[in-house]
Amino acid sequence: MEVLKQLAIILGITLLGEAIAAVLPFAFPASVIAMVLLFILLLTGAIQVKTIEETGDFFLKNMSLFFLPAAVGILEHAALLSKTLVPFLLVCVITLVLTFGATAWTVLAVRRVQARILQKKQGGGSAHVE
Amino acid sequence: MWNDLTSLPLFGVILCLGTYLLGHWVSRKVKSPLANPLVIAVALTIAVLQLFHIPLESFKNGGDFIAMFLPPATAALALSIYRQYPVLKANLWPVLLGSAVGSAVSMGSVVALCRLFRIEEQITASLLAKSVTTAIAIEITRQQGGIVPVTVAAVVFTGILGAVFAPALIKLFRVKDPVAAGLAIGTASHALGTTKALELGEVEGAMSSIAIGIAGIMTVVFAMAVSH
Repeated sequence: MEVLKQLAIILGITLLGEAIAAVLPFAFPASVIAMVLLFILLLTGAIQVKTIEETGDFFLKNMSLFFLPAAVGILEHAALLSKTLVPFLLVCVITLVLTFGATAWTVLAVRRVQARILQKKQGGGSAHVE
Repeated sequence: MWNDLTSLPLFGVILCLGTYLLGHWVSRKVKSPLANPLVIAVALTIAVLQLFHIPLESFKNGGDFIAMFLPPATAALALSIYRQYPVLKANLWPVLLGSAVGSAVSMGSVVALCRLFRIEEQITASLLAKSVTTAIAIEITRQQGGIVPVTVAAVVFTGILGAVFAPALIKLFRVKDPVAAGLAIGTASHALGTTKALELGEVEGAMSSIAIGIAGIMTVVFAMAVSH
């Protein structure tokens, strides 16, 4: 019964996501709305982690099972993909390297700025004491 | 009779469960990111369909049932973001700015490279969200008018590359800060890369996990802005 209750809560929030997506004036993925909704409910304490943990972890652990059917659909597009296979693989490799570098260096820059601000604050603080 | 049996939803469901379990079994034995359980499961499923001349339509009767649980599984990602909330709060600006810039560079480089290689419009649309977790990438591809299975292939390939080459990329870009390394792995190669980040260290793992969800949301918002 406990698992069914958890399943009902998660499916209910997913359906609510669909409802919100339907009334939004722009296209936004319903499942991502449901994800944000559930995050807010957890953050505000409206839903406790333990109320959904078991079923939630089952979904998270087996996520790839749920997109297996979509992946099998590649069968229908094998001709199209094999025609552009080399550029397709190249795009994946180059984008990975660029994304990695851009993210890492942005984070390093942000952390450097944060450290400098903190230093200035502390410097100002000690000057005040003197 | 054979046709009747394979077009039952039960057939597709059992084929998915069977190949998924086998894929995990093989991947546990081989212990390499190259032996990805999903890739093995897809290959096995396609092999069975081809070998026994079962039309994709019959498989879909059961496949659709399994796929129905992808949206609630996506919603459950909130649980993993919530668990990382203290880490998110402590590193709010690096996380937000890092995944924003990373996601924008990912999408920008996909569009630029696809133009350079003269790749068809529809494939470009399918590759746009290739750095984010599959569940979210699929949604973006649907809205961009791309081909969902092509997206899954690109996302999984990118993830495997990320898991294999994360240590090399850390060296290449001289990233000594574990916060930066973790966020870069998660933003560039989602959950599959995160498996490697978890091996590298606790901070790397936590940052990579948080980047999956945040980069996913960023990419949804950017894709929306681009298509308007």
